[in-house]
Amino acid sequence: MSETKPPAAAKPPASRERIQQARRKWLRTILLTGGVTGAALSGFLPLVYARTKRLRPPGALDERDFLASCIKCGQCVQVCPVQAIKLADLVDGVGVGTPYIDAREQACDFSCDAVQCILACPTGSLVYKKPAFLGVRKGAKLAAAPILKAKEKDPEPTLNLSERIGVARLTRPEACLAIQGKGFKGQVRGASFKGRLRYMEVDRWKPIGVSEHPYDLAECDLCVRECPVKGAISIETVFAPDGSKRKSPVVHEPCVGCGVCEMICPVEPTCIVVDAREVWNT
Amino acid sequence: MKNPYLNRRFLDQIAVMLGREARKPSAISGRAQEIHVLKRATNKERLQEAMIAHADAKKVHTWRNRRWAVLLVVNLFFTLSFWLDIQILEGALTASRFIGFHLIDLNSALQVMLAHKHIIVNLVIGTGTVFVLWLLLGGRTFCSWVCPYHLLAEWAEKIHLWLVKKKLVTDQDIDRRLRTGSWLVFAVLAIATGYTVFESISPTGIVSRALIYGPGLALLWVLALLVFEVFFSRRAWCRYACPIGLTYGVVGIFSPVRVKYKLESCFHEGDCRKVCLVPHVLDTVIKGRAVDTEIPIGPDCTRCGLCVDTCPTGSLTFDVKGLSRLL
Repeated sequence: MSETKPPAAAKPPASRERIQQARRKWLRTILLTGGVTGAALSGFLPLVYARTKRLRPPGALDERDFLASCIKCGQCVQVCPVQAIKLADLVDGVGVGTPYIDAREQACDFSCDAVQCILACPTGSLVYKKPAFLGVRKGAKLAAAPILKAKEKDPEPTLNLSERIGVARLTRPEACLAIQGKGFKGQVRGASFKGRLRYMEVDRWKPIGVSEHPYDLAECDLCVRECPVKGAISIETVFAPDGSKRKSPVVHEPCVGCGVCEMICPVEPTCIVVDAREVWNT
Repeated sequence: MKNPYLNRRFLDQIAVMLGREARKPSAISGRAQEIHVLKRATNKERLQEAMIAHADAKKVHTWRNRRWAVLLVVNLFFTLSFWLDIQILEGALTASRFIGFHLIDLNSALQVMLAHKHIIVNLVIGTGTVFVLWLLLGGRTFCSWVCPYHLLAEWAEKIHLWLVKKKLVTDQDIDRRLRTGSWLVFAVLAIATGYTVFESISPTGIVSRALIYGPGLALLWVLALLVFEVFFSRRAWCRYACPIGLTYGVVGIFSPVRVKYKLESCFHEGDCRKVCLVPHVLDTVIKGRAVDTEIPIGPDCTRCGLCVDTCPTGSLTFDVKGLSRLL
């Protein structure tokens, strides 16, 4: 209002108490601002710890883009038939509420056939094919659409996936049963292991517990036998450092990094692991 | 709206939502002025009568019970849908699918859009659906009728008020402009860092995910917030910090669902302001402040209905704009 007020109606000077109260309130506001901002900074931990590489679900964008776009709703968790996808907690250091796969516990075996987690993702953090504006790292792109062994005889045998999420690597060749020429008999990970896998000869649509499916193999080839992707890994005859010939699992370019080999390896700790976000180096 | 008094208050309430203190109105309609004058003459005895009657009256919890039921049903529906694998409501509060339809929380969507700087079709569809939904239902209705943290905070508030009554703690109020500040800070952080920073500390998301996918250590942060609210500052997160509230508050500006205040029957006891999460929206019930005889409460109102329950004279009621004219 523009009219000038008479001096009598002018604001009386605030009492000392009033001023103090206002000052305290202001201090508290600053305190809470600091608290909230401080807590917000904890959100950066995943970026700081981005070194701890975790396997993301199939079709995940590169880590930075993934963290930017994931809305942390867990729809990918819900559609996975083997519940390979888990949500990260505060201490996992990969972003609260973001999905990851612990392949040794439960790998992605593509028993859904259609990579449903990608279909479920509402924000495009998981994609069949990256949009044009996002770059593809060299070696991340799969040379050809992976052929799913489970549907090899179908008219459309391929998996709708254009980039790998990691690459398998034989980390402990000295312990590998195949290299030692040993066989394997029994439950691969013991009776208490909860991991599940699709066995085509048992049921195409219903994965069963690995512990319910004991093996009796003269020569261990579990990582090759259970790999869901055609041509991703095979047992080859290789030369040992001492010049002698021996057999060994060898990873090939079609490897998408699903982690079934890591899960199924009967040796403790596993001889083969998936390097998350690794690319194919020729 | 042709009423200049209500128009001015409407704009005023937007400023109040952003953090300005509620002020005395600069102009009051003739009708309302008459009532104010009349009340000055008669109110004293009537108020005393009313206070006595009110003290004897049984406490009504109609809207609160309805609201709690809705809140629990919605949140447990998420959980059940996953656990029973019935696939009706998949996802969490940040983003979900209801019988296949995308629903995406507005604030989460905003964070993702700002961080990722790219918007895909599903995101637009989900956000649009949720926008229309809350536009029809009242904006911050989300806070009080759906947000699971709101319910936890309501229980914490009960403990806080009990401690206040015992004079063991005092409520430390904080500048409400902080919320607008935090909204901006988190928006800037999302743009600058390319990471949805707010989502990692949002108690709404954390509690929602804990209910569906099982509890985690992130709940410690929620617990810390609740402890702060119990011992230090009443409903501090919802009142002074949460950017989700502001986002939905903006939707509430345009929503036809609101609480309506009728001046004539009001005794100005102020009980409604005591139970309210956002008492600044109820400044209009203070004696002499109402600019007109019927006033819609502002956009920052969460439409929780506590004031409707507590008002002994029915001066505060739920109202859908234009509906009464239609019927």
